[in-house]
Amino acid sequence: MTAQDPQIARAGRSLGEPIVLIEGVEKTFGDNHVLKNVSLTVRQGEVVVICGRSGSGKSTLLRCIDHLETIDGGTIRAAGHLMGMREKNGKRVPLKDSEVAKQQRDLGMVFQSFNLFPHISVIDNITLGPVRIQKRPKSEARDEARALLARVGLPDKENAYPRQLSGGQQQRVAIARALAMKPKVMLFDEPTSALDPEMISEVLDVMVDLSRQGMTMIVVTHEMGFARAAADRVILMHDGSIVEEADPETFFTAPKSEHTRLFLSKILHH
Amino acid sequence: MNWSWEFFFTYMTNGLMVRGAWTTVWLSVVSMILGLGLGVLAAMMKMYGNRALRYIAEFYIWLFRGTPILIQLVIIYTGLPQIGIRLTVIESAILGLALNEGAYLAEIIRSGIMSVDKGQTDASRAIGMTWRQRMWLVILPQAARTIIPPLGNQFNGMLKTTSLASVISMEELMRSAQMLAQVEFRVLEAYTVAAVWYLALVSIWGMIQVRIEAHYEKPFGPAAAVSPDAKKQIEKAAGPAGTA
Repeated sequence: MTAQDPQIARAGRSLGEPIVLIEGVEKTFGDNHVLKNVSLTVRQGEVVVICGRSGSGKSTLLRCIDHLETIDGGTIRAAGHLMGMREKNGKRVPLKDSEVAKQQRDLGMVFQSFNLFPHISVIDNITLGPVRIQKRPKSEARDEARALLARVGLPDKENAYPRQLSGGQQQRVAIARALAMKPKVMLFDEPTSALDPEMISEVLDVMVDLSRQGMTMIVVTHEMGFARAAADRVILMHDGSIVEEADPETFFTAPKSEHTRLFLSKILHH
Repeated sequence: MNWSWEFFFTYMTNGLMVRGAWTTVWLSVVSMILGLGLGVLAAMMKMYGNRALRYIAEFYIWLFRGTPILIQLVIIYTGLPQIGIRLTVIESAILGLALNEGAYLAEIIRSGIMSVDKGQTDASRAIGMTWRQRMWLVILPQAARTIIPPLGNQFNGMLKTTSLASVISMEELMRSAQMLAQVEFRVLEAYTVAAVWYLALVSIWGMIQVRIEAHYEKPFGPAAAVSPDAKKQIEKAAGPAGTA
């Protein structure tokens, strides 16, 4: 199984109800209008790949879904939560920190720079959430963590510290750490951009595997091999807006937007 | 020449001095722990508080770093009764030392927290930690790595700063030496004994500090990453005690 077998990856997946609903989202950083009226619906079990040049707003959109950034307009519903807000007498009120944290537990996020906790071992990285946040029994959490480590191909690394692992290994632990919280949606923010070329496929293989098991995934990446192999839909963002939204076949062979053609020519021909 | 080794050795093991040394140790530990609490609180207020809390923290740090500890102790013990606040010697000593220490530690703790990578906040929020869980489980343990070396130096300083509490008649090492000196007027022997006791306490702490630092460094790489060559250079620069 490699990231280059599209049929195997996509076979037998059926899409469910919408699980992420993004409506008219606006985001500005100072004078910089990063997201302009962005709307997107992702269904349960769907794998959506978002690409675009740096500064196009794709990572910001992902961070807004997990409420790591606060949006300035519009709404984001994810995994059954109105992210960062609650409705009170028809008005929207921002949630308290602890309530936002509860919402975030249903979403998993994987970062470009891994962001493992460097002061604790691999297995403690994975069990920290389940034990300290979800208050699950430690032995049960550790068993599950070992199963997850086996799943990402690192069964013998549970006692290692993050600094002792390669980038690819660290990122696979980061995926296991996110999965340990049993999220309903997984968000990937350029998960392979910081990796040496020879380590990219080991991370992508884990992600393809995850997609085959029905995980809902939103992936910001420039790995077009992954998009072909695992995506149900590929999206191109340009200057804070979604300019192309199509199945991989159409996206790569018959894109509608000039921006997509330009983007593909730059990314595929070198 | 009127130095008496006999007095020196008798004073070394004199009950008054031993009790004084013990008082110095526990006074330092208690004041340091309370100071650490105050320092964490002030750092948090300054970094994450609203404007009022921030100003309170800044005022506290400014006040206690800007005035001599000696004056703080004297005001607390002999000044406050004038406005109806009467504290015992022990209470005054602990309060003064802790308040003073907290003001210094606040800045050390703040810089330690700021040294933790921003990605750690993202990662801990992404798995759904509340602010408190984030601080306690992720940020502070990592900040500790940066904070602990200067914290150790602060405690080294604290062991000696407690001697100032002798002016409010706290019976620690310094005060014990004063009292001994007045018995037989063996002033040099009495204070030398106190000095030797301080040296011993500070040296023991130095050994403990090395272990604590190694413990917090362990996840980040092999301890004592300084090469033998570099070590020689450092020693040369510092100058050996014998030739100074």
